[in-house]
Amino acid sequence: MEFETVIGLEVHAQLKTNTKIFCSCTTQFGNPPNTNTCPVCLGMPGVLPVLNKTVVEYAIKMAQATNCEINRRNQFARKNYFYPDLPKGYQISQFELPIAEHGHVDIEIDGKNRRIGLTRIHMEEDAGKLVHDSHEAHSYVDLNRTGVPLIEIVSEPDLRSAEEAEAYLRKLHAVLRYLDICDGNMQEGSFRCDANISLRPVGQEKLGTRSELKNMNSFKNVHRALEYEIRRQRDILLDGGEVVQETRLWDADRNVSNSMRDKEEAHDYRYFPDPDLVQVVIDDEWINEIKQTMPELPDERRARFITDFALPIDDAVIMTSSRELADYFEAALKLFAKPKKISNWIMTELMREMKGEEGINIQECPVTPENLAALLILIDKGAISGKIAKTVFSEMMKTGKDPETIVKEKNLAQMSDEGDLMKIVQEILADNPEQVAQFKAGKTKVMGFFVGQLMKKTRGKANPKMANQLFGQELLK
Amino acid sequence: MKLYELTIHKLQEMLAGREISAVELTRSVLDRIEQTEPKVNAYLTLETDKALEQAEAADKKLTEKQAAPLCGIPFAIKDVMCTKGMRTTAGSKILESFVPPYDATVIEKLRAEGAVFVGKVSMDEFAMGSANENCAYGVPHNPWNFDHICGGSSGGSAASVAAGECIASLGSDTGGSIRQPGSHCGVVGLKPTYGRVSRFGLLAFASSLDQIGPLTKDVTDCAMMLNAICGYDPKDSTSVDRPVPDHRAALEEGLEGMTIGIPKEYFGAGLDPEVKKAVLNSITRLKEAGAETRDVSLPHTEYGVAAYYIIAPAEASSNLARYDGVRYGFRSQEGESLLEMYSKTRSQGFGDEVKRRIIIGTYALSSGYYDAYYKKASQARTLIVEDYKKVFAECDVLISPVAPSPAWRIGEKTHDPLSMYLMDALTIPANLAGIPAMSVPCGFSTDGLPIGVQMQASHFEEEKLLRVAGGLEKLLGIASAKPSMD
Repeated sequence: MEFETVIGLEVHAQLKTNTKIFCSCTTQFGNPPNTNTCPVCLGMPGVLPVLNKTVVEYAIKMAQATNCEINRRNQFARKNYFYPDLPKGYQISQFELPIAEHGHVDIEIDGKNRRIGLTRIHMEEDAGKLVHDSHEAHSYVDLNRTGVPLIEIVSEPDLRSAEEAEAYLRKLHAVLRYLDICDGNMQEGSFRCDANISLRPVGQEKLGTRSELKNMNSFKNVHRALEYEIRRQRDILLDGGEVVQETRLWDADRNVSNSMRDKEEAHDYRYFPDPDLVQVVIDDEWINEIKQTMPELPDERRARFITDFALPIDDAVIMTSSRELADYFEAALKLFAKPKKISNWIMTELMREMKGEEGINIQECPVTPENLAALLILIDKGAISGKIAKTVFSEMMKTGKDPETIVKEKNLAQMSDEGDLMKIVQEILADNPEQVAQFKAGKTKVMGFFVGQLMKKTRGKANPKMANQLFGQELLK
Repeated sequence: MKLYELTIHKLQEMLAGREISAVELTRSVLDRIEQTEPKVNAYLTLETDKALEQAEAADKKLTEKQAAPLCGIPFAIKDVMCTKGMRTTAGSKILESFVPPYDATVIEKLRAEGAVFVGKVSMDEFAMGSANENCAYGVPHNPWNFDHICGGSSGGSAASVAAGECIASLGSDTGGSIRQPGSHCGVVGLKPTYGRVSRFGLLAFASSLDQIGPLTKDVTDCAMMLNAICGYDPKDSTSVDRPVPDHRAALEEGLEGMTIGIPKEYFGAGLDPEVKKAVLNSITRLKEAGAETRDVSLPHTEYGVAAYYIIAPAEASSNLARYDGVRYGFRSQEGESLLEMYSKTRSQGFGDEVKRRIIIGTYALSSGYYDAYYKKASQARTLIVEDYKKVFAECDVLISPVAPSPAWRIGEKTHDPLSMYLMDALTIPANLAGIPAMSVPCGFSTDGLPIGVQMQASHFEEEKLLRVAGGLEKLLGIASAKPSMD
């Protein structure tokens, strides 16, 4: 039997505001436990929340970037449950009247466009963190994160494969980064994702029983966890079994997911409008004001790269995958106006050197776009060969130095002096009479041997065009 | 002369004229407390030394002629408002040792005026109750008859004012908790418009209904205290940013041109004949003094109690979730797991009435019941608001009883919570609608227990309330009546 996979994602993005959503504590990551706190975020008796306006602004930005309808009346609601990382015993979130609904984003799969629906976006506060130590009988509570603003972005069950889910997730990530409203750091948890996934026989309308996947803290883990879950559910269904509705935790070390089997699942959150916060009214003026500040988004920028710079679509997709990379590309382009050559270098040399688990983080690249452009200029004008350029680039990555300095220090400039090269060419021919004879007998392939010898002697610096030319000249004498 | 018996406005003159010092006044109150407290039991926490220090500081300001109107006046604070450095229990075991590191906004405002804080007074646990019998630290007694309740939940506030154990006090009112004890103890009590006074630092019972207000010896004192505590607070999103009038000055305008509405639903079955008589007498006197009267109807009044006992417990069930033993307050030492720690802490830390309301509220908000209960109650609330809107289009102030009967005997209704809930029927609608309402003494039962009359006005029309209340107070001349305390 053929099955169709149905996936919906819930993404939590921490907003990059300076202060928390309902108090003026800092949102800085990495401070000592419980130092970013005050009576309000500690849930002390009698304190009241006051909404941070920037949170609403950022949420409106995301709503606009994802083609959502913005609710003009917003209501915060309490989500009630007990847990030590939740000081008030409820999380202030949104239930009825969230900030935005009915949006969509487009993703590219095998060169084809897929439109993924967004059910809703809502604003809420983050919870704190429990720190467990297996050597101790108790746990610690760190409330620094409590009250850090989040938006939750809920997709429609429109995704049909792990690949689509990853592409969608990367798209949301890029949009948030372009808007500069979320730092997108998955390791630190500022961009998190839960997945609902089910299988159904192809052609069937009714959705199958779903499981919920949690604890996938990288794009790769999301992909792997979903693939694993698709296989797991298919095996169950093919065996004539039934999928159990449950929450499963991804174990990235062992590449498996495990059922949480937790009583917490039976939660009834008893949502009701938070009486401490008045409705937020959003008028046209505010929306238009925010519209004016919207930056160019990934789709627009990609289109521009294709039309203005004649980049192939694959290059344009990669160059615009993050705002920083696109900025990097354009900064290099200002100094060296050959777009395809820049994208080639970024996609090959730079990405190979920078590659981490989640692709590249261009902000951490020691090679500035100016230096990359300088390197490409050196190649372009023949000062160094493409091969030497790779050596220079490696050195640039290691030291952060500019290419001219490296070329000078390491004496890597291309040898293009005809007289100097000719001397070596003649030496090589004199040392290898056998190969010369072969060449003259019509075995022109030995030309490669001669050039190789030259490169060896010049440590790769000989101008390859001239090498061929000079050997030809001498052998045909 | 017994200084503790005097009003704020009288004492203010004496303090400003330096006839007396704030220290003398504070000592007078502290001596009175020592003498009467064994019988009244209004205070949960007394801060004698701190009070005297504050009085000294007040004297300095008074001498330098830099004193605000409430400078040097000794106050008692309901133990539900956070006082920096002073224990705040909400009448509950779960907060028995909780000392807030911050002041409620109202306390900050009084401090800025140079007020003296004598201590924190008794209340029903988390303000849940109508008799102040639900306090983890004992029951206060009505100064007019020690066998009777003070009313609740601000019982300690009302009793301490009536007994002369403070000059005035602050209470909080969620369904009548200022007005009803005010009425039972023969003092003036005002619940301002929702949003007029900041709730920051008030331990929440039902956030959409709670409002802080004064309990005082007369209407002028009430106006003076309202002046001091009201106004927009950026720390409370539900406080309203609009100009604050001089409420004391409004009193000068008197009854002239006031139309008084008499809502027939407030005079129905179950009303004690003596209460009815005293209230009707007040209406007659106001009419004689030139006020116009009109019979009006608030047809949805009967749904008030039912709506209230859904909305208030629902909000409370969530508001009280933070008392979990994790960060502050009482934590049970029994229990092996997190769940056990939670349930033992809350089972042992909360009293029966609080637990009852948490359970009711949790049930009302549960999925599948939300529409039938909470949503329905919210709709009833809207109908009650509409009732008031119509009525206030044709009259300025509504007059009615505060409570169906005078203070009952301690223990009389303890085992019948439902009949106790019904005692709030006449005060609850004002909280549901968010309108200001007050209670003014208007007579005594044949047993010598005080009876109050309730006045209600439209949103932010405290001035009208105070004008009618002040007018009535003059006509009846009973503001100076004091319990014998024998």
